Amino acid sequence: MTFHGERELPALIYTGAEAKIYLQEWFGELAIRKHRIPKSYRVPMLDDNIRHLRTSHEATMLREARKLGVSVPTVQHIDQDSSSLIMDYIAGRTLKDELHVVSKSERRARCRALGELLAIMHLGGIVHGDITLSNVISQRGKLFIIDFGLGGFSKESEAMGVDLLLLNRSMRSTHYLFHAELFKSFIEGYSRVVGLTSSAEVVEKMREVERRGRYFERG
Amino acid sequence: MDESGLILSDIRDVYKSEAGSGIHPREAAEHHSEVAAKVLLEALEHANISARDLKGVAIALGPGLGPCLRVGATVARSLSSYLRIPLIPVNHAIGHIEIGNLTTGAKDPLVVLVSGGHTAIAAFSGGRWRIFGETEDITIGNLFDMFAREINLPSPAGPQIEKLTQNASKFIPLPYVVKGNDVSYSGLLTAALAKLRSGERLEDVCYSMQEVSCSMLAEAVERSLAYTGKKEILLTGGVAANRSLKDKLEKVAAIHDAVCYTVKSPFTGDNGAQIAWTGVLALKAGLVVQVENSHVRPRWRLEDVDIPWRT
Repeated sequence: MTFHGERELPALIYTGAEAKIYLQEWFGELAIRKHRIPKSYRVPMLDDNIRHLRTSHEATMLREARKLGVSVPTVQHIDQDSSSLIMDYIAGRTLKDELHVVSKSERRARCRALGELLAIMHLGGIVHGDITLSNVISQRGKLFIIDFGLGGFSKESEAMGVDLLLLNRSMRSTHYLFHAELFKSFIEGYSRVVGLTSSAEVVEKMREVERRGRYFERG
Repeated sequence: MDESGLILSDIRDVYKSEAGSGIHPREAAEHHSEVAAKVLLEALEHANISARDLKGVAIALGPGLGPCLRVGATVARSLSSYLRIPLIPVNHAIGHIEIGNLTTGAKDPLVVLVSGGHTAIAAFSGGRWRIFGETEDITIGNLFDMFAREINLPSPAGPQIEKLTQNASKFIPLPYVVKGNDVSYSGLLTAALAKLRSGERLEDVCYSMQEVSCSMLAEAVERSLAYTGKKEILLTGGVAANRSLKDKLEKVAAIHDAVCYTVKSPFTGDNGAQIAWTGVLALKAGLVVQVENSHVRPRWRLEDVDIPWRT
């Protein structure tokens, strides 16, 4: 029997919207198992399809992001029978939690660093598809990006704009007191990598997508 | 509507578009101005009060079709000036949320607002309803209506489409697009119409389109629920009448130990009571607007509305 601290392994450490995360041992190292849970609200054919596709797709996206030099958990094993991925365990806390407790200058530094990471991905042709402050883990300031199940390959500014929109909304909804400052710092980091012209273009695309989703006139 | 939330009267006369065509803004506005006086008189009569008993008049400034909003606004402004009672600005979307809270007893829900004009997921925080997810192109109501228009059903088409799904015999895979907590329905509409043209049965296409669109939204709701940690879901707006969507959101709620409240007919579709009740809440909080400042706002976003009556 294996223990991690007081916990007997494997231990359920997080239940997300689409997956359960277990801490377990994998050849002597701590690892996590991300198990995509069947959803009773989808017809089985649709549900099986989605879970299988996203599991293998996430492994692919993690590998490609790593190639670009973005810190992500390493995939150790893909278990398609249970739609599970076994990945390295990253000790840390989500940026969502961390931004509430660190100093103003650290908040800005984290967001600039996140901007640089996302820009590196975008330059390399990868969009995340679900980038929120909960999908960034800070390990004493070093940022890891996780949860690539909705990611994709794209060089379109539209897809990049959607990433910015999702992140901006995530900041606005849970950190509305200093949302503007967070997003500004994020854009500083983002621009540093892609340049001011490209950055302005993606931000404009973000606004366009947002306007489109805004109240839709019938007729 | 009285101060306690008792609905004294709820008289309606709804514009109906012809089969195979959408709502025509000018015709809808003409309809509104023709029936306005009659609806008003019937409402007073049914409530058994006189116009002199009114303490305020709530005005739906938006969002919505400009010509239609202006008819309602003109009536409301006249009443307010003539009776010398406050004019209370109300956002139509907030109306859907507040009538939902009033009639279901939801306290602090994750709101799923679904109609021809909205597909949005919102939760209250820091004085406003914050959007956690929404459609990136057409709304779920649009999806049903635009599909229906192609096959010559009148809008709103949800109920007819739902009826057709009962005779479906198989599920046809269609594009399932979730981006974060957002959904996108335009690809699904194109694909569903293509399936129909390629010879698939109408019933099967309707079933599959409904199944995929509602599952996408359910997933986006589940993500938002996990993110916000809310313990209530409030399904409101015209498409809240859809059984499949209600059923799926109840399953989402059950997974996360939450409760799903669904607004019931006749308060799913647009109604005057939702505007009146939001007006009562706003007036209690001292929110009024001068006639000269009461411009209609066809694209007034729900997240831009300050809500002083909630904490």
